[in-house]
Amino acid sequence: MKSLYYNNKRIATLLVAVLLSFALPAMADTPVPVVPKGKGVKCVEPTDVMRKRHFEFILHQRDATMHEGIRTPQHSLAQCLNCHVPKAEAGQERVRYGSDEHFCSSCHNYAGVTIDCFECHNDGPTGQPLELTGAEGRPTPLAQPLDLVDEAVRVATREEEE
Amino acid sequence: MSKDVNATRRKFLGQAAALTGLSVAPGVFLVDLAHGKPADEPVSAKNRWGMLIDTNKCAKDCNACVTACQQENGWGSNEVNSRPDQQAQWIRKVNLKHKATGATYSLPMLCQHCETPPCADVCPTGASFRRADGIVLVDKHICIGCRYCMMACPYKARSFIHEVLQDQSVNAPRGKGTVESCTLCVHRVDRDGENAVPACAEACNEEGHAAFVFGDLNDPDSRLSQTLKKFGSRQIRADLGLNPGIHYKGI
Ligand code: HEC
Ligand code: HEC
Ligand code: HEC
Repeated sequence: MKSLYYNNKRIATLLVAVLLSFALPAMADTPVPVVPKGKGVKCVEPTDVMRKRHFEFILHQRDATMHEGIRTPQHSLAQCLNCHVPKAEAGQERVRYGSDEHFCSSCHNYAGVTIDCFECHNDGPTGQPLELTGAEGRPTPLAQPLDLVDEAVRVATREEEE
Repeated sequence: MSKDVNATRRKFLGQAAALTGLSVAPGVFLVDLAHGKPADEPVSAKNRWGMLIDTNKCAKDCNACVTACQQENGWGSNEVNSRPDQQAQWIRKVNLKHKATGATYSLPMLCQHCETPPCADVCPTGASFRRADGIVLVDKHICIGCRYCMMACPYKARSFIHEVLQDQSVNAPRGKGTVESCTLCVHRVDRDGENAVPACAEACNEEGHAAFVFGDLNDPDSRLSQTLKKFGSRQIRADLGLNPGIHYKGI
């Protein structure tokens, strides 16, 4: 029983490894968005979670603030920009939403996402960045275009270490 | 008979109070030690925020409240392609003359934060709403820009944005195609609660007029309730039965 399970696990690892040996060289040629680095040690949620679910947090916060007056900084849209968009350099225009250099549109342009938030909201920093303490937040660099592949790489490495 | 005596007495007290008002107000203000709600606590019907504006203290040639509101909420200078009658107006100064007596009055006009707001009644999407604590707002995330609310408002307190804007104030995100009006500086109220001073009131205090009193109409001990109880007030177009949260004195 135990060895069967063990064998299955080994087969799975092998499969992943074989798949990756095909996938990895191909991925090196796939363009990925260049996402500017955020200020501070970490994001308001783990970076992996933010990549996949950032809009859920801000959309939820939007309604909470608007209708219930809840003004916690953690998922506030204004706070995202304080950390993620740099102030204008002296004599230069600040980077605007829509540009590949703007944090939010670096990804959105790549993924073909359209949002209207910055028709009303300021697309730059309007205050001091939130201070978060603790360990460095960035687990893996965004080097693969698909989060699933990202996941597979991590599973494979973990299995190999065991 | 006794009613008449009371009326005269009230009038006399009112005038006496207006004279001493300036010196009393700062002292009373300092005693008020209530704090704002925690940031993660939702607003509730426990409070009803409102204001009293004393027109006797409002100077005819002073525009400080309007300028302060523009500064705080980022309107007034960025709509460069709109006609003056299209430009936003969250608060404006109005000078009135009594036809019979010739007496003149000056007062700021803004969203009256009605208890039963007609703007919210007519809104087809639910964007216009009255928050539990009495502040009437536009949820611009839902607003489709139909402007029914602008027509329904008896105070002409709302504006529509006609052009693309950039670099808005963080206090008041604003964008083309949506309606807006005074928020009673809701961002300050959420932070400071009973101690909040909306930008208009703050500027008026700084000018030395101190015509505004902000506070909680539901708290009988608030400075606002105490002042209203003592000196009485009028609501504009009270005949409509909307019970505005903005009260005026001296008109
Ligand atoms: C038509 C104008 C408009 C658009 C478009 C808009 N907002 Fe807002 N938003 C507002 C206003 C007005 C407020 C209220 C600000 C306040 O009370 O502090 C607000 C508040 C918020 C807040 C709470 C304040 C903060 O900074 O945390 C969040 C979150 C938010 N909006 C998210 C969004 C998101 C996400 C989008 C895009 C999907 C969006 N908004 C699009 C006008 C707009
Ligand atoms: C305290 C500063 C801070 C705040 C506030 C903040 N972030 Fe971050 N965010 C970071 C840091 C640091 C990272 C780590 C990764 C990096 O950018 O290199 C990060 C990462 C991210 C990532 C992943 C980027 C990538 O490289 O894939 C997303 C998406 C993100 N943040 C969105 C948001 C959103 C949306 C908000 C507002 C709710 C927000 N962040 C608020 C600092 C912040
Ligand atoms: C790591 C890349 C990345 C970054 C950085 C990023 N986004 Fe996104 N965002 C996406 C993707 C991908 C989607 C689409 C997700 C989907 O539809 O499932 C999305 C969707 C959204 C949505 C929901 C759109 C809708 O139609 O519901 C909002 C709102 C949003 N992002 C806001 C932001 C803001 C604000 C920032 C900057 C603080 C930001 N995003 C930064 C990748 C990113």
